[in-house]
Amino acid sequence: MSIKPDQKIQFSPMHRLQWEEAQQKDVILYPEGMVELNQSSAEILKLCDGSRDLDQIVVDLEEKFSTTGLKNDITSFLDVALNNGWIQQN
Amino acid sequence: MAGSNKTNITPPRWLLAELTYKCPLQCPYCSNPLDYAKHSDEISTEDWKQVLSQARKMGAVQLGFSGGEPLTRPDLPELVKHARDLGYYSNLITSGYGLDEEKIIELKEAGLDHIQVSIQASSKDLNDHLAGTKSFEHKQEVARLVKKHGYPMVLCVVIHRENIHQMPEILAMAEELGADYLELANTQYYGWAHANRDQLLPTQEQFEKAEKIAQDFKKTVEGKMKIYYVVPDFYENRPKACMNGWGTTFLTIAPDGVALPCHSARELPGLECPSVTEHSISEIWHDSKAFNFFRGNEWMQEPCKSCDEKDKDFGGCRCQAYLLTGDMYKTDPVCSKSPDRQVIQDALGSARESALSADEKPLIFRNSKNSKLFD
Repeated sequence: MSIKPDQKIQFSPMHRLQWEEAQQKDVILYPEGMVELNQSSAEILKLCDGSRDLDQIVVDLEEKFSTTGLKNDITSFLDVALNNGWIQQN
Repeated sequence: MAGSNKTNITPPRWLLAELTYKCPLQCPYCSNPLDYAKHSDEISTEDWKQVLSQARKMGAVQLGFSGGEPLTRPDLPELVKHARDLGYYSNLITSGYGLDEEKIIELKEAGLDHIQVSIQASSKDLNDHLAGTKSFEHKQEVARLVKKHGYPMVLCVVIHRENIHQMPEILAMAEELGADYLELANTQYYGWAHANRDQLLPTQEQFEKAEKIAQDFKKTVEGKMKIYYVVPDFYENRPKACMNGWGTTFLTIAPDGVALPCHSARELPGLECPSVTEHSISEIWHDSKAFNFFRGNEWMQEPCKSCDEKDKDFGGCRCQAYLLTGDMYKTDPVCSKSPDRQVIQDALGSARESALSADEKPLIFRNSKNSKLFD
């Protein structure tokens, strides 16, 4: 599976994304498991709220970090996220 | 004590709250201690809240409400709510007995994240026989309700010789019920399962056939259902990395408030497992004799001591070493490097003989009457 550019992306209701104070990082929680996220992965996932598609996520992050050329990295991370069930598209 | 190296102690991440040993079911492979009937005290709601708060502060985030049957505690919704307020990801590990739609909604509103329902077999007769109570139809109904109310549905089936032939039907049942996760847990031989091992341990042929069916199925449901396959370590050459290393990740609190590095550790001699009614979780985790006992690798004997895999499996399981060799410091006898490996071969041989025998011993069911026999 790979991300469809024309569809909105939302975080899976079967998972929980939260900041862990003790670990000083964001994590994804699901039955029997936990994934520790680096900062950039967490920033991408936080924008997967069902209101943005791929291009909008890229635009928002490039603006937030005042940079360009993030599309490839974001796309490949979102493909991984989709295949792990962390995000979904309707 | 064996281990005294207190540097680099990592905080607990997983907390298993065994709320009670009471259970309406009588599964003959139960992981509770054989003599659970003598540990009938239960700590209070306030004690549990303290435990949850203190462990969370240290970094615990995955929380399992277990037992026994945790639903027998009337304060379960209150504890679930407290856990949610603290930011735990909480799991109810249940037989489904006593769970109805109203309760499922109440727990969801309190903040429960997922429910793991155990089913004993794919057929009513065998399920009800193993559970020691009529429960098959209700469990199926509970699984559907869990799904209906938006929880990730985790179905758990413990696998052993009585049900391993049903693997294709078990998988079909999981698919039909819409399980998001299926835990196929080959029985681990502690507690009641140890006592019933001759009757429960599958033969190698049975195990290999079932595993192949499960692995093939896994590919067909990829992306829809996640399968956790817990291996039966008696058929492995290397031991499991038990508890991800002693005192590194897992913290179990027994119904009476005794803190355990793993849920079987109560059976080990001389650990002096501390109680949450006398010590804080931080003191227990960092300073208690029990949690430092097998930390690191100072305690190891040969062949573990000089083994290049010791940081991978930590010498295997201490409870298994103790149960099978009488010495909890020894290499887990599952390891092919262990001088005691023969005890595993003997166990497999003995179970095989029992499987082929015409007059097999009956299973010892897990109930208070039988528990008192082990006192």
